[in-house]
Amino acid sequence: MNFEFFLADLWAARANLLAGLWQTVLISAGSVALGTLLGLLVGLGLSYGRLPLRIALRIYTDFLRGTPVFVLILACYYIFSAAGLDLDAFQAGCLALTLFCSSHVGEILRGALNAIPAGQTEAAKSIGLTFGQTFTSVLLPQALRQMLPTWVNTATEIVKASTLLSVIGVVEFLLAVQQVISRTYLSLEFYLFAGLVYFVLNFAIEQAGRAVERRIAIPR
Amino acid sequence: MIPVLNITDLHKSFGELEVLKGIDLAMHKGDVVSLIGSSGSGKTTLLRCVNLLEEFGRGRIEIAGEPIGYREEGGRRRRLPERQIARQRAMTGMAFQQFNLFPHLSAVKNVMLGLTKTKKLPAEEARAIAESWLDRVGMLARKDHFPGQLSGGQQQRVAIARAIAMAPQLMLFDEVTSALDPELVSEVLAVVRDLGRDGMTMLLVTHEMRFARDVSSRVVFMHQGRIHEEGPPEQIFGAPGTERLKAFLSNSQS
Repeated sequence: MNFEFFLADLWAARANLLAGLWQTVLISAGSVALGTLLGLLVGLGLSYGRLPLRIALRIYTDFLRGTPVFVLILACYYIFSAAGLDLDAFQAGCLALTLFCSSHVGEILRGALNAIPAGQTEAAKSIGLTFGQTFTSVLLPQALRQMLPTWVNTATEIVKASTLLSVIGVVEFLLAVQQVISRTYLSLEFYLFAGLVYFVLNFAIEQAGRAVERRIAIPR
Repeated sequence: MIPVLNITDLHKSFGELEVLKGIDLAMHKGDVVSLIGSSGSGKTTLLRCVNLLEEFGRGRIEIAGEPIGYREEGGRRRRLPERQIARQRAMTGMAFQQFNLFPHLSAVKNVMLGLTKTKKLPAEEARAIAESWLDRVGMLARKDHFPGQLSGGQQQRVAIARAIAMAPQLMLFDEVTSALDPELVSEVLAVVRDLGRDGMTMLLVTHEMRFARDVSSRVVFMHQGRIHEEGPPEQIFGAPGTERLKAFLSNSQS
């Protein structure tokens, strides 16, 4: 391992690597944000929807959660263009990650709502709250606290899964690193570096999650 | 005078099992009625029907003259829309066996929630009302505590304050001391007794016979989904008229 060569090449490639890292952050943050919004709707439907909707959403979540993310990405990339809907690689990849995220968030929310004792809803009803008020003031605040750790975990999974977008040609961080490697042949050094960067990214997400968790913890 | 609560011919089934087989019960302002009876006799179900937590198949429940839960439309019985039901639920207050305080809200916020959401009161006004009721149940000093930081008896007192702060016409108590450690029972019963003295109309399901005798203006003994015997407490406990009631009372000496 030649550390000085590595540092020199790293410095030389800094612009490309930063651009790749930015893509990774953009893809992950966007997919998690959109996937979470969609997932909350999915979770609501799974919990309170009429039977046909529940069945449809159950198939949706089970299908998406049972499929490798890699397959989802390829499917989004090829199927939509075959159907005449022109998604570029970036859009197709983000769509795949968003759908994947939504299926997990939906299932997490359903589980969290399910874990709240029925007495909570009854108490809310007994003081005259409507279903909507009960949901926003009583159920959701408890469910969100309950689901936060698992949700953070899902976010880190999405960051890791974003590397798969390199296969369909999105120059996110991993592909940016691989391009540097193909020029410098310092594969070991740069892959180690990439691993370290992903670790730091996910570690930061987890720490942020813990901080939020402490902040909103219910005193007891 | 219009009764606060008027139940006529109330029937309720869970599937094949009929748990209420025609209940008639009227309560006037200031009445304190205790429902006693063995488990499965339908006491709690009756209470939950009055709070519209259960749907009921036949019969009529009126609160202050207003039929609740359903309306007749061209001879057909229809469940009222969600908003109406919510409004009618707020006409009665309910205290639960398991307290059911909202764990993510402090004591005072628990009491304020219905005032700000259902009654649409401004926050300061709701807070003032909530604090005065917490004071009444002896919980003002712990108003910023969360339910997880309170004992069972303290939680139940907050839960009672939460229900009664809504100024319901009728308070329903569903075995409010059953989940409490024995040494915490008396502090909750003292609160209930105090409300009764103040003229609150109350319908209680209880297993505390001495308390029922003490606090009630009338005691209703239920058996297998029917009112089996009712009367003033001296009569029910002092001179029970039916064998069933005698058997029940001798089994539940406290």
